[in-house]
Amino acid sequence: MADEPLPVLGQPAAAPAGTALTDIAEEVVRFPGGGVAVLRSDALFHWAQKSSMWPLTFGLACCAIEMMATFAGRFDLDRFGIFLRPTPRQSDVMIIAGTVTIKMAPRIRTLYDQMAHPKWVISMGSCANSGDHYRNVYSVVPGVDHVIPVDIYVAGCPPTPEALLEGIFALQRKIMEGDRAGA
Amino acid sequence: MPAPEIVAVLTSRFSAASFALGVEVPAASLLAALRALRDVHGYRYYVLGSGAETESSFEVAHAVRNIESNDTLFVKVRVPKDAPEIDSIAFVYAGAEWQEREIWDLFGVSFRAHPDPRRILMPDDYPGHPLRKSFAMDTPWGYRPATPGNPEAGS
Repeated sequence: MADEPLPVLGQPAAAPAGTALTDIAEEVVRFPGGGVAVLRSDALFHWAQKSSMWPLTFGLACCAIEMMATFAGRFDLDRFGIFLRPTPRQSDVMIIAGTVTIKMAPRIRTLYDQMAHPKWVISMGSCANSGDHYRNVYSVVPGVDHVIPVDIYVAGCPPTPEALLEGIFALQRKIMEGDRAGA
Repeated sequence: MPAPEIVAVLTSRFSAASFALGVEVPAASLLAALRALRDVHGYRYYVLGSGAETESSFEVAHAVRNIESNDTLFVKVRVPKDAPEIDSIAFVYAGAEWQEREIWDLFGVSFRAHPDPRRILMPDDYPGHPLRKSFAMDTPWGYRPATPGNPEAGS
């Protein structure tokens, strides 16, 4: 016990055996000989937040089909701790999948405001990003970022499930940095 | 194709003009013509209502069908652009109520005695009637919906 080197904060250390803390292993400092580990609370909370993102889905157009495919068996977001929630009160992440119309925009804002902090938004597809080819249409909001703050923009028309997965991973990296667009 | 004998009756009784899909009637005899079609000639089923804007006027067209003879007939009226108002037929054909709301919403043709004269597709505070030719394509660019978090927006 005495011959184990004392750990130094900020230096990589092996993750404690039997835990799933691999993503924040660099932050974990284990005290030798005991069942005690030390790490920054921020890192722990961010790790917990990014490992259990519960999205409020907002399927507004054809992007919703690709989003459903991403959640279904072949891509299976459950393995990342991502479960769909039907209510904003239980959600961390809002996935805007599709064309945002002027009439839908206040509903999006209301549901966003009902989500508990901290919260993130993924804008999925060209329509939600910018309006795309519906940008000039009389009923369409030219981008959901006119209504709510957006963290991650996923390009595509519609984006493939792989693209949405990459957007989700980008959001996970952003969460680990403690960054978010909204309050 | 509308039945020729029905078109002939409408043409003589209501001074209607026939066209390929039916008849065009004067605005004053729209209700009477549709009542006759429904009660006398068996056109009891309301198929659709449609609006259009031409160079000189708005057009409102109602399609009605006789289920027994499987005959569909359009009844069209012209609505002047300076006073876009026409009788509602929602009391003759209940199915026309939402169709007339859509024509009001998108073309700005108002319907006299409509039971529920609200917009149906666009928000209640939407500026203008978007399918009119005078509606600027870029009107919604500056439009921001009024939201709980953004109370000053809305036009």
